Amino acid sequence: MSATQPFVFLGCLELNELLPEEAHDARELLDRIAHVPVESIFCHTSASLLHRPVLAEAYPNDFALWVGSEVRDVRLAERLAAVDAFTAGSMERVREELIATISDHLQHLGTAPPRTQGKRFRFFQMHIVPVPTGHQARTLVEFRDALAEVDVSALFFHTIEARYRSGRGRGDFAEWVGGGLGLPDLADRLAHIDPHAGSLERIRDRHLSVLADAISGEDS
Amino acid sequence: MAQGSLLKLDDYRQVAPRGTIDFLMRIGERLRGRRFVHVSASRYGGPLVEVLNRVVPILNDLGVETNWEITIGIADFDQVSRAFGKALAGTEQVITEPMLARLRETGVDNARRLQLDADVVMVHDVGPLHLVEERGRAGRWIWRCHHDLSSAQPQLWTTLRAVVQRYDAAVFSLARFAAPLSIPRFIVYPSIDPLSERNREMNRAEQALHLDRLRIPRDKPILLQVGPFERQHDPLGVINAYRLVKKHHDVRLVLAGPPPAPGGDVLGDVQEAASHDPDVAVVVLPPDPQTELNALERAATIAIQKPLKADFTIEVATAMWKGKPVIGTIAGGIPFQMVVNVTGYTVETVEGAAFRIRQLLSNPELIGRMGAAGREHVRRNFLVTRHLSDYLALIAHLTR
Repeated sequence: MSATQPFVFLGCLELNELLPEEAHDARELLDRIAHVPVESIFCHTSASLLHRPVLAEAYPNDFALWVGSEVRDVRLAERLAAVDAFTAGSMERVREELIATISDHLQHLGTAPPRTQGKRFRFFQMHIVPVPTGHQARTLVEFRDALAEVDVSALFFHTIEARYRSGRGRGDFAEWVGGGLGLPDLADRLAHIDPHAGSLERIRDRHLSVLADAISGEDS
Repeated sequence: MAQGSLLKLDDYRQVAPRGTIDFLMRIGERLRGRRFVHVSASRYGGPLVEVLNRVVPILNDLGVETNWEITIGIADFDQVSRAFGKALAGTEQVITEPMLARLRETGVDNARRLQLDADVVMVHDVGPLHLVEERGRAGRWIWRCHHDLSSAQPQLWTTLRAVVQRYDAAVFSLARFAAPLSIPRFIVYPSIDPLSERNREMNRAEQALHLDRLRIPRDKPILLQVGPFERQHDPLGVINAYRLVKKHHDVRLVLAGPPPAPGGDVLGDVQEAASHDPDVAVVVLPPDPQTELNALERAATIAIQKPLKADFTIEVATAMWKGKPVIGTIAGGIPFQMVVNVTGYTVETVEGAAFRIRQLLSNPELIGRMGAAGREHVRRNFLVTRHLSDYLALIAHLTR
């Protein structure tokens, strides 16, 4: 099976800009989250996957990590960890969920929120420059082979950044496999690969595993 | 394998994460013809110089026309420049008006002499800072600060801040090193070159040769700290941690560092403390000790970095690249290079360091597992190939 339009793999360069906003406790965190550019929310939620070490027990976004490790407020950390940037629909929606979560927590706290005894939270904004990797695919086999070879930033660009860029509930891979190759079941399986699985390399491995199953199914 | 400046980007294919080299080549195609100039006050010594020595030729290979210019100062300029560097890093200095004037004049004089016509000009540290006062309208100017400005001498920083704000952007090694500025501030971590003399693969026979020369026996596990013999690197604290460990494990401690600058060092105290124990070795390194450090780090069982105050301390990544677990303090850039409890441990006290060393020595499989995780962490985040990618991102972003 081949698609009329090839899938063009794009990798991305990233540049981390340090913003002036900082927080020392949950109240300041709440205030800054409400005002920073939406790109900063993306940077601290979805994009934190880009360099995340393989650490299964780590919370999936920077806000939860900081509240857990520096402020030592485990209840709030766990609730912030449950804000899922990949299913929220948009980054503004993620911002709203973060604000609602922290506001509710502060309301029920009764006392002044604890301040960090260690690192303050520093807000970043990520600039992303997409660059063609030189890999493209017209068939599922070509797609799998290219996916195994491309720079890992292509995984980030097509599975993580794509959801934010397009506002779709799934990444570019699933879109192309479903629309371009006309394989909706396989597209669904790719779309359901959990971005919280670990590092981008692990996400790559999971995609390759799903594709290998599909290709062996086609062959048999 | 090609060595030194003869190395090509393709040589890094064997060590970089998969896909990285091809991707860098693609980025190079996109930025082909852009002109990039680095300016520093010296072409010799220090991590900055090591990185530029490797990055500049590779950027040219990629099609980005990259030059490296050096400022020239008269008579005591090096001394003046060093005083500024120390003051910015938080060590109180006497900074006089004539010193500030010298810095300004040197910048302006060099601006007339140097070839600074480029799409992006990156000025490293304080020596060439004032070049920006003579900038033309073309090109984007970046100040690359390698210092930790979090405790910079306030009056000096107030004066220099006005100059820094004439740049289009500033780049720091860590967010915690950055000072407030009205221009964009970017973060670029330092990196290590996996093919340099310090980090290249070295077989056991060659390691043995160098260790014999340094008179380090290989009969028991080695704990190693590499760093200056200065109080803020706490070599005496490391010896005390070793003594606590020694009650339970038969180990050797090696403290290796460059010859101390005159005055204020603790080498004498360290040598005195070591003189009573044949299992403590104090190695005053020869000039350009890259090969010796490579051998020492490869022979080590556990790497220690226990400074009380530190800069980025890229030695952490250097040891992790050689598959060693690191026990480090939370000073400077140390915790940012580690994945705590995965590639090593952070500690705050002598007792904490001793406990973690004992924990590792009692669980040898943990040493192997943490070492392997550390090497992979460095492969993804602290190799010079990532540094190249960051520079290319800066060029692409600032010249878009």
